[in-house]
Amino acid sequence: MPVQDYLRFHGIQKTFPGVTALDGIDFGLREGSINALVGENGAGKSTLLKILSGAYSPTAGYLELAGQRRDFRSTRDALQAGIAVIYQELNLVPDMTVEENLLLGHMPARLGFIDRAGMRRAVAAELERLGERIDPAAKVRSLSIAQRQMLEIAKALLLDAKVLAFDEPTSSLTEREVRKLFELIRELKRKGCCIIYVSHRLEEIFELCDAVTIFRDGRLVEDRKDMTGVDHPFLVSRMVGRSIENVYSWRPRPLGDCALEVSGLTGRGLREPASFSVRKGEILGFFGLVGAGRSELMKLLFGAGGPCGGEVRIHGRRASYRSPRGALGHGIALCPEDRKSEGIFGVRSVAENINISVRRTYTRFGWIHPGRERRNAEGFQQRLRIRTPSLAQPIAKLSGGNQQKAILARWLSEDIKVLLMDEPTRGIDVGTKNEIYSIMYELAERGIAVIVVSSDLPEILGVSDRVLVMREGRIVASLDRAEAAPDLILRHALPQAEARA
Amino acid sequence: MEPEIERTDLKRRARGLWEDAGMFLVFAAMFVVLAAFVPFFFSVQNMVGLALSVSMVGMVACTMLFCLASGDFDLSVEGTVVLAGVLCAVVMNATGSITLGILAGLAGSALVGFLNGVIIAKLKINALITTLAMLYIVRGLSFIVSNGSAVGIANESFFQLGNGALLGLPNPIWITAALFLLFGVLLNRTTYGRNTLAIGGNKDAARLAGIPVDRIKIIIFTVQGLVSGAAGIILASRMTSGQPNSSVGFALDVISACVLGGVSLTGGIGTLFGVVVGVLIMGTLQNAMNLMNIPTFYQYLAKGGILLLAVMFDQIKQRKA
Repeated sequence: MPVQDYLRFHGIQKTFPGVTALDGIDFGLREGSINALVGENGAGKSTLLKILSGAYSPTAGYLELAGQRRDFRSTRDALQAGIAVIYQELNLVPDMTVEENLLLGHMPARLGFIDRAGMRRAVAAELERLGERIDPAAKVRSLSIAQRQMLEIAKALLLDAKVLAFDEPTSSLTEREVRKLFELIRELKRKGCCIIYVSHRLEEIFELCDAVTIFRDGRLVEDRKDMTGVDHPFLVSRMVGRSIENVYSWRPRPLGDCALEVSGLTGRGLREPASFSVRKGEILGFFGLVGAGRSELMKLLFGAGGPCGGEVRIHGRRASYRSPRGALGHGIALCPEDRKSEGIFGVRSVAENINISVRRTYTRFGWIHPGRERRNAEGFQQRLRIRTPSLAQPIAKLSGGNQQKAILARWLSEDIKVLLMDEPTRGIDVGTKNEIYSIMYELAERGIAVIVVSSDLPEILGVSDRVLVMREGRIVASLDRAEAAPDLILRHALPQAEARA
Repeated sequence: MEPEIERTDLKRRARGLWEDAGMFLVFAAMFVVLAAFVPFFFSVQNMVGLALSVSMVGMVACTMLFCLASGDFDLSVEGTVVLAGVLCAVVMNATGSITLGILAGLAGSALVGFLNGVIIAKLKINALITTLAMLYIVRGLSFIVSNGSAVGIANESFFQLGNGALLGLPNPIWITAALFLLFGVLLNRTTYGRNTLAIGGNKDAARLAGIPVDRIKIIIFTVQGLVSGAAGIILASRMTSGQPNSSVGFALDVISACVLGGVSLTGGIGTLFGVVVGVLIMGTLQNAMNLMNIPTFYQYLAKGGILLLAVMFDQIKQRKA
């Protein structure tokens, strides 16, 4: 063996009642390398990270760190061994300051009193090193997602972590913030850190990683020490176990009359009145950097974005409403960006999540028909292939993709005319993404106007018939599918000063 | 493959039964043990007495279930119970009309609930603080209206309400049973109940799913006030007076019963069957301790212990699931 692995997984197995999440995972990672870990949702990546971080202990097998067997009994053990896992959902206390968060659990203290000055010095030095201009005394609540992520990294570095694992770190970062993060990760690599990088964005993996390990259904299916011969179709086919020719599989379809016409819409998040229209059967993409006002525009359209002005016409008729309930009454529905906090009712059953909204339209005096609802939920379970052991299962236990399908089923239970989808496939694996796109096309073919908001440029290019670009609260460009090229879209989306540079 | 699936299905069902009816099984076991070992416990007279003793908590637990299931909290119910009793007594004495007295009590209590609802839903003030403040205000009002002492009721036919019986069972038991049935149906079979659970499950998602969140919250609190008022009037009828100092700690008894019955304090989870069991466990325990002549001081210890045990039991169950 020419190069010694720094971190090795030996025959890791993890079972939960009724499920084997990981089985026979055997691979190693070298110092000073960035290792991609890919697989569909539920393939076992998160479970492996949890074992690495000490949150779970493996049912069988063990970890080897610098040639020594280690058995972590808690996350604290793993941290002390120099392993830091930076999760998608960041572990920061929003109402504490930057410095308190950074040193949480090991604040410098004298005689039990916190040494504020010492704390500030340590933190300031670390933030400086990361090139971040963050006030150590600021509350974490006031920071952007990217800044919070930097804090997580700083936290790991303060502990001299040698192994850093990133779980979907770019899912809510802007393009510019992603660049910065990549720079930092490369810097860590030069310092000899062993880096694990989990992401659904395969482009990032080609750009950043030196090695790749592919998981499918809890097993390791591919372990490559270098990226030669590894390309996009290869990764996708190994991940899903079949080859997906084109993830988007867009095809032309006939467009109808105008379905939604927005003129002079004003409200929170918009710097300029917004006007645009969508035709029946059209898929309209909205691209823009985070903070460009796309989500705000969707919320306004759905009556959930606070006070607004302007005019909305649906199928030619003027629609005025001031709440989501009102918007639904006119046939506008929204699949929100943040599924967990705005989309699903986690503790309620899958069936309940599907039926919650349509009841409004069929009940008299609020009287529910259980049979009708059961048939509705079962119908969608089959049609959209919602994978769940039972419709009575709390929806929080389903994967993100299946949750999204249930939310789609919620809206498809009704007679909708315009469907707004904000980040429809965020955190969803490739195989399920494909299914979500198919559902979108099917809806469009039925004459529903679909508006898709996404930070994922390939996705926008892949599914849209037309693309609107937003920048700093304004719609700045409208491009047909034929003319929508990535560089052109980005040029419109980037702040002007930056685009010129 | 087939039998494998069937077996896991069976297992899941067994677990489902345990999850749904675990507390009931605990209650049933407790009941059998008490019936076997505590003299007079399993007598018709004691059973009726037991049912009557839980009727007050039972009535208000129906609406407290909705309140907790929607993710809110109501501490003001004990004040509302008292205010309704006092108002009813005062108005009845002043006008000589039972109907007017009852209407006054109900109107006053519904208004208290409505105000709670509006403050919580529209002004977005924390329910715990709002209803705590309302509790003080309503207690104060009860003392003011009653001049600080019990208001005796002269009209004897009013006492029928709380003391009369139908088919050998006192009226309050019938009323409580009817409310259990009514709210069980409301929770399971109407959009009102389902939307209540949805709001408790995720308020933001509820709004985006087209549920009129504010309106439903206001209804929940208004109905809570109304039912507490009804309970207060029945209590006044049983005590033949409106008593401004009574019912201290009642709200916590009601909430304890709900929690025992598996209602989640963070909202979104709760069944009426569970609440009935919770109410019965609390009542049965107290009844048995009375029969065994356990002093009141120790009864508090037992009640607190049971509540803690129940919550821990629930935690363990959820961790397994």
